[in-house]
Amino acid sequence: MSTMRLLAGRTLSAGPEGFAEHAARLGHLPHAGRDLTEVVVRSGLTGRGGAGFPAGLKWRAAAARHAHVLVVNGAEGEPHSKKDRLLMSTRPHLVLDGALLAARAVRINEIVLYIGEHHTIARAAMERALAERPAADRKHFRIAAAPARYVSGDSSAAVHLVTTGIALPTNAPAAPAMVQNVETLAHVALIARSGEDTGTVLVTMAGGVSRPGVLEVETSSTIADAIALAGGATEPPRAVLMGGYFGAWVEIGQAQGLTLDPAALRARGLSLGCGVVGVLPGSHCPVCETAGIMRYLAGESSAQCGPCFFGLRALAEASGRIATQGSNSEDLQRLHRWAAEVRGRGACKHPDGAVMFLQSALSTFGQEFASHPAHRARRSA
Amino acid sequence: MSRHYEIVVDRIRCDGRGLCAELLPELIRLDDWGYPIISPGPIPEHLMPLAERAVEDCPVLALTLRRTEQGKRASR
Amino acid sequence: MPDTFLWYVTRAAGAVSLVLLSGVVILGLLSTMRVQGEGWPRFLTTGLHRNVALIAVVFLFLHIVTAVVDPFTHLGWGAALVPFSSYYRTFWLGLGVIAFDLLLAIIVTSLVRNFIGHRTWRAIHWLAYGSWPVAVIHGLGTGTDVWSFWFMLLTATCAGIVLIVAGYRFMAGPFDPLHTARAVFRGSVEKRELP
Repeated sequence: MSTMRLLAGRTLSAGPEGFAEHAARLGHLPHAGRDLTEVVVRSGLTGRGGAGFPAGLKWRAAAARHAHVLVVNGAEGEPHSKKDRLLMSTRPHLVLDGALLAARAVRINEIVLYIGEHHTIARAAMERALAERPAADRKHFRIAAAPARYVSGDSSAAVHLVTTGIALPTNAPAAPAMVQNVETLAHVALIARSGEDTGTVLVTMAGGVSRPGVLEVETSSTIADAIALAGGATEPPRAVLMGGYFGAWVEIGQAQGLTLDPAALRARGLSLGCGVVGVLPGSHCPVCETAGIMRYLAGESSAQCGPCFFGLRALAEASGRIATQGSNSEDLQRLHRWAAEVRGRGACKHPDGAVMFLQSALSTFGQEFASHPAHRARRSA
Repeated sequence: MSRHYEIVVDRIRCDGRGLCAELLPELIRLDDWGYPIISPGPIPEHLMPLAERAVEDCPVLALTLRRTEQGKRASR
Repeated sequence: MPDTFLWYVTRAAGAVSLVLLSGVVILGLLSTMRVQGEGWPRFLTTGLHRNVALIAVVFLFLHIVTAVVDPFTHLGWGAALVPFSSYYRTFWLGLGVIAFDLLLAIIVTSLVRNFIGHRTWRAIHWLAYGSWPVAVIHGLGTGTDVWSFWFMLLTATCAGIVLIVAGYRFMAGPFDPLHTARAVFRGSVEKRELP
């Protein structure tokens, strides 16, 4: 592991790091050729967009099918995630370096910076950073706005937007494009200089912590460490949602010892996902929280596939009924049945993510779902 | 050398017409909203003609038959 | 007008074609409306739609061939394929040729549907809404006994049913349950122009 850090340099509240400062701190852009792909493979870097696919293998595949567009995915559709925006607004040159290195290694000429339409600070910082670059680098880039929908961040939606102008998830594989998350590319910028992975990840601490926000932590850190770094929990927590809305609920007792290492999490059947660590305070009702998130996810379906649109809506309504009117066996049975039926029957991963989230809630909070009293008001984080 | 095929649905094109479930109820049933749930695995030989008919008759051409991994291996 | 055998066959085949093609249009409309009932599966509607269309083509060929070889009308084969190229009742016959050409396009594309893809096939299939009315008007304009009671009754009945079913199909809103939701979502993600 190298000792380099994504968030090293000027304090984060001091605005974006300029090109001169970036170059002074890290040196100029290293050479990139096919050999960089192998360096990335050896580093073990996995994608930080949510899927966690090994970056180097993705590069090899993209080169083999002659991809000609690199989509730098900074859409960050996950509501609580802030890491990608933070990187773009404070270390834009790391992202640009990573993008240029990846493009050169895979022989791609066209780079699209896919930035959330409402993330104005991040976009302004990236635009300014581009303007500071030499024209030879700048000419490869263009910026595309990601609509403020959850599915905009899906790789196929990103590619569809770049090729047709509409951010709709599709069946089609990403053939003409290679999609890589902003944080992944920032890591590449450092790996190309040191030859090794940083051994760190960016997480967004959310929910019942004193200082919610983005942290760069070593992969050997535990969730308990991360909570401490975020100022500690506001009250004794009940559980942790690991990985954001497509992640999984874990009892606090089990969660505390989990390390924020993609491979270790996967071995436990969990995922780092987009890096959101949501802490559920003890006074908050997990059933109501789950129902609220299901309602949100159902509303974010792109309505292209029946099982996703109708299935998630029905699941949201059933869990909502349990939340507001109290447990009943029919709705519980329906939750289990529909969850099993909906999974895998959409064109993209949206229904799968939502269903796996719900299934983790049913298994972690089985007791609460079975004996939930009726209460109208939902106390939310 | 037998070939094994499986039914693949284009989930975006499918709009729940339901002809496939009428023609091949042994392998396809409809969920609560009219969309097909396909039994996983290769299609039994005796059901292949019906499977081909289901693919042909789908009003929106959402179904295709794809060689399964075993099918591909068997024909090498 | 000599009452030759050929001429009778032409008229009869034409009338049968009209009935069959009206049936095809009705079955097509019923398919879109996803009708089904106890003992009437949806694949029956689509299967009949296809088979009746093929039978209609047989009668249409009979109608056209007998008209062309009829010595009285002096139609060449060209008149059967190129609209408005006959001397005999140029306009009304021409309409029939147009209706037939459109129908041919529909049938050929349906046979090669798997190769041309759904979108193209569907776009051409909409020509049916042109082909059928043109065929009906052709029927009213061409024959000499057109104003006979039985033919008027036949045409009125066929046209009446088609119009009623078509009226229902176009008034009753989208039959795809996802139609509205899909349009709403699409509207929310239409291309954003960057300054």
